[in-house]
Amino acid sequence: MADRPTSESPQSGGSGPRSPQDPKPTAKRRTILKWLGGAVGAAGLAKAMEPLTSFTRDITLDEFLQKHYQELSPDELETVLRRLEADAKRDYGADVRIDDAPPIPGVQFGYALNLSICNGCRKCADACHQENNHDRDTNNSYIRVFEMTNGSLDFEQGDPTYTHATPAPGKYYMPVQCQQCDNPPCVSVCPVEATWKEPDGVVVVDYDWCIGCRYCEAACPYHARRFNWKSPTIPAEEINPDQGYLSNRIRPRGVMEKCTFCLHRTRRGRLPACAEACPTGARVFGDLADPDSPIRYVLANKRVFVLKEELGTQPRFFYFFDA
Amino acid sequence: MSTTQSIPGEISENSTHWVSYPRFLFECARIAFEGDARFYAWMTVLTAILLVGVNGWAQQLAQGMALTHMSDHVSWGIYIANFTFLVGLAAGGVMMVIPAYLYEDRQMHEVVILGELLAIAAITMALAFVTVDLGRPDRFWHMVPQIGRFNWPSSMLTWDVVVLSGYLLLNLHITGYLLYSRFTGRPLKRSWYIPFVLVSVAWAISIHTVTAFLYSGLGGRPFWNSAILAPRFIASAFVTGPAFLIVALQIVRRVTTFRVPEGAISTLASILRVTCVINLFMLGAEVFTEFYTGSSHGASAQYLFFGLHGKNALVPWIWSAIVLNVSAALLLLSSLSRTNPRVLELACVLTFFGVWIEKGMGLIIPAFVPSTLHEIIEYLPSLTEWKISAGIWALGIGLFTVATKIAIHILTGQSRLGPAAPPRPHLHPHPEGH
Repeated sequence: MADRPTSESPQSGGSGPRSPQDPKPTAKRRTILKWLGGAVGAAGLAKAMEPLTSFTRDITLDEFLQKHYQELSPDELETVLRRLEADAKRDYGADVRIDDAPPIPGVQFGYALNLSICNGCRKCADACHQENNHDRDTNNSYIRVFEMTNGSLDFEQGDPTYTHATPAPGKYYMPVQCQQCDNPPCVSVCPVEATWKEPDGVVVVDYDWCIGCRYCEAACPYHARRFNWKSPTIPAEEINPDQGYLSNRIRPRGVMEKCTFCLHRTRRGRLPACAEACPTGARVFGDLADPDSPIRYVLANKRVFVLKEELGTQPRFFYFFDA
Repeated sequence: MSTTQSIPGEISENSTHWVSYPRFLFECARIAFEGDARFYAWMTVLTAILLVGVNGWAQQLAQGMALTHMSDHVSWGIYIANFTFLVGLAAGGVMMVIPAYLYEDRQMHEVVILGELLAIAAITMALAFVTVDLGRPDRFWHMVPQIGRFNWPSSMLTWDVVVLSGYLLLNLHITGYLLYSRFTGRPLKRSWYIPFVLVSVAWAISIHTVTAFLYSGLGGRPFWNSAILAPRFIASAFVTGPAFLIVALQIVRRVTTFRVPEGAISTLASILRVTCVINLFMLGAEVFTEFYTGSSHGASAQYLFFGLHGKNALVPWIWSAIVLNVSAALLLLSSLSRTNPRVLELACVLTFFGVWIEKGMGLIIPAFVPSTLHEIIEYLPSLTEWKISAGIWALGIGLFTVATKIAIHILTGQSRLGPAAPPRPHLHPHPEGH
């Protein structure tokens, strides 16, 4: 690396006076050389920037000028949704339906997880992978399941990379995903308001507004956010066609994404894919505002805790032991 | 600035800014492209490296950030490491401005413009490093207030955008006004100039404080979540700034006819002797807390200095930094650095690289290792990241070279509007009544 001028600057010149450059006979040759140098430089620059042509071809003017989600009129949103559907057809060969389910008035989503019966099968993580159209190459999922050692809540003793049959003796299992904090550090740090908390408590990202600085990923204490380091690859036949603008539509390259409690499902009265896939009933999802909901029962009757309570993030994701 | 005002002295009555300012810019461009063989060779090398970097960035844009070695675990890498270091370098330029203007050090006053030009070059590099770190630089306009959505005052990143661009503008104004006035032969007006210099002194502290707050404000990253981070940043900025400027002044002395005052270099060296030790002291204070407590908060420091669970990619980096900084401090404290300029230069180079590691890779990466859920995923830069980083450094050093060249030409009277004036050995004209 050329860090400093010292490394290559001539040292031999000494501090003696140097005559100004005015040798007349070589002036013409000098000019020619200068123009030649300029031309070589310009050609070099053009060549260096060549890969950009494919980048700019991918971005249409409509995409470039698209407004923030919260500023789109219903008509504009409709246009955007149809364009995104056409993009999915063009780029992935899939017929998808993208819409935008609004939050249900009065509903406050919350999640609880029973650590006594979770058996570490990772069906939740797989269901998330399928439902949310994650990149197949990286086997991405919003859920990481940690195999924990009995007697410790310390993640340093945990291992998310286990491959053996579960449950293993002396172990318990701790799935971690977005905690949908009521005081979310990821939202405060975003420089462009591309991520915010919806009225029903879900923290969402406008994938078409995010600039990809990844400050939110640094701020999140729960490793809940994922970045699209490349365009996701998914075979057309594996794409989940039931998509939401703020949730599981196929994300563009270079932007952040995260768990949305499957809002395209949950805002229509269905369970998140992870809760539906859980074979043990460890996952309890529901409306914190409804006194008769199962999650309210858990909060009232179980000894629940949240992760990293000392950070003041106020998670909406609760853990409890049953036995 | 009034554009119709007539100028006394050698400027003709009808020579307005509309005429003289374009001529000023043209003259700057001319100086930038004129020089001897050494200058052309130097600029050619820098341009070639810059082009390699541009190509790297174009590929990264076309194929995605997957060309870097960053991951969801280590989501910031050498780009943000360089950014952090360069904000410090920019702030360090103020170590010339403070002696020159607050303590009225006449000798420093003659070369103070180099500190201001360094600020411009370093901020340009810092902004370039943030830009190449963005996944979607095409959406940069989302951050423009009014047009986009600028999350101020909540996001420290927006504060950083404000203070960095403000510092860039301040220094562009100060140096631009000085050079333009000197070029046209107009007298300097204190009101157009001194208030901006004084603001820039406070502003220099702010840029590095805000950049430290960017990290120290994150509760989920215990390695950064420390109140000493901002003071540490300032201390190390006042190491790299003087170190760079001492070497730059020595080069100016060797390759131009300009007479660099000895007092300026010795003042910078005195500053460096103090800040170099303060920087090491603060690092030590931080390291003590991390290790003596023995809590899991120290896991990142453990990883950085000794490795953790067999993963130790950063261990050679940080110990290199320690060796570089400690040897530089010893050289600076010994009498050799007072008598032998080569020893002083060596110490400057050593500590410059030492801080580059300590404040770059040694500060950014360990905050991500182990991750917030204690997974240990390591990071070292990819070839693309090295190429782009080298390209940006070449850009900044080229900018600094050209700007310094222009400044020397104009301030020594080699380039001026109207009849040639007798060359003067001072870089910095004193404002009226100063």
